[in-house]
Amino acid sequence: MRSPWLLLATMTGCGLLTFLIRLSFISGGRHLALGPRFQALLRYVPLAVLSALIAPEILVRHGVLDPGPSNPRLWAGAAAVLVAYFSRNVLATIASGMLVLWLVQRIL
Amino acid sequence: MIPEGIPADEPGPAQEFLAGVRAELPLLLGVVPFGLIYGVLGLAAGIPPWAVIVMCFVLFAGSSQIVFAQLWATQAPVTVIGATVGVVNLRHALYSASVAPYLKALPLRWKLLLSYLLTDEAYAAAIGRFMGGPETRHRHWFLLGTGTILWAAWQLSAVAGVLLGTAVPPSWSLDFSLALTFTAIVVPSLRKRSDVAASLAAATTAILAQGMPHKLWIIAAAFVGIAVGGWTRSLDRKEQA
Repeated sequence: MRSPWLLLATMTGCGLLTFLIRLSFISGGRHLALGPRFQALLRYVPLAVLSALIAPEILVRHGVLDPGPSNPRLWAGAAAVLVAYFSRNVLATIASGMLVLWLVQRIL
Repeated sequence: MIPEGIPADEPGPAQEFLAGVRAELPLLLGVVPFGLIYGVLGLAAGIPPWAVIVMCFVLFAGSSQIVFAQLWATQAPVTVIGATVGVVNLRHALYSASVAPYLKALPLRWKLLLSYLLTDEAYAAAIGRFMGGPETRHRHWFLLGTGTILWAAWQLSAVAGVLLGTAVPPSWSLDFSLALTFTAIVVPSLRKRSDVAASLAAATTAILAQGMPHKLWIIAAAFVGIAVGGWTRSLDRKEQA
């Protein structure tokens, strides 16, 4: 069992690091002249990061790629994409995705 | 009385803050279950209850808190934990670059506060306001609103997770709610062909690069997605540009 002080120090270090990462460009805003090309690329930041976080949650099960119909998360993800596309509603998307996941888990 | 130079119809700080809170509320449906899971996993990793809660204040980054707990449980060296958390949160540097142009005129205390609050969900709910909304002088209060309500919900759900312990059965798959939250944000924002290309490229890279150490696949996939978005801009229809 490691000491609570080591735990606290590690947590604080990780917190400080995370904070500095978040502060990086925000603090430099005045000195850093972002070129128009770079600015245009920033449009893709939310899409790219969030898509990267979603894909493994849906397609990777127990550490292996599982794109087959026996994967309940694939069904739930597909339902969520459809509902998000047509409703553009966050609550409806999350609710329908979870419902489909639970239903398919029961059936399979 | 309205100060000089501010149009009477411009939203004030309170209005922007509340609009931010409102924009964040639906996302909490996905965040709260994730906070519960973090609380439960933290205890299961052998981290004392007080530290599970304190981590929410000092780290305040959901997925990396779970990574932290998992690594702590395996007695991983402190340097490995720090490196992994750093890489997992490196994507926040992209968020930082993305909001920086809208915050550059603010005093340092605002920059420090908004940086602390710059999480996936707070950023995701606020970036549309910055990119597409009117350029009013109190719009940074919108990000403060999304960040503050998310912060409060995260702390409370983690406390609930610690109190519930293992009362949440894994078969409920509550961890999936976060992916669904992100889906609800990404899908409606796919407006141009290059957006779709960027999203698919990032998703594919994330799958192919899963084996990378320290969860480097997150930042690798983000960069590939952004690059592909930039390369495919010429495919976008003129009227959309």
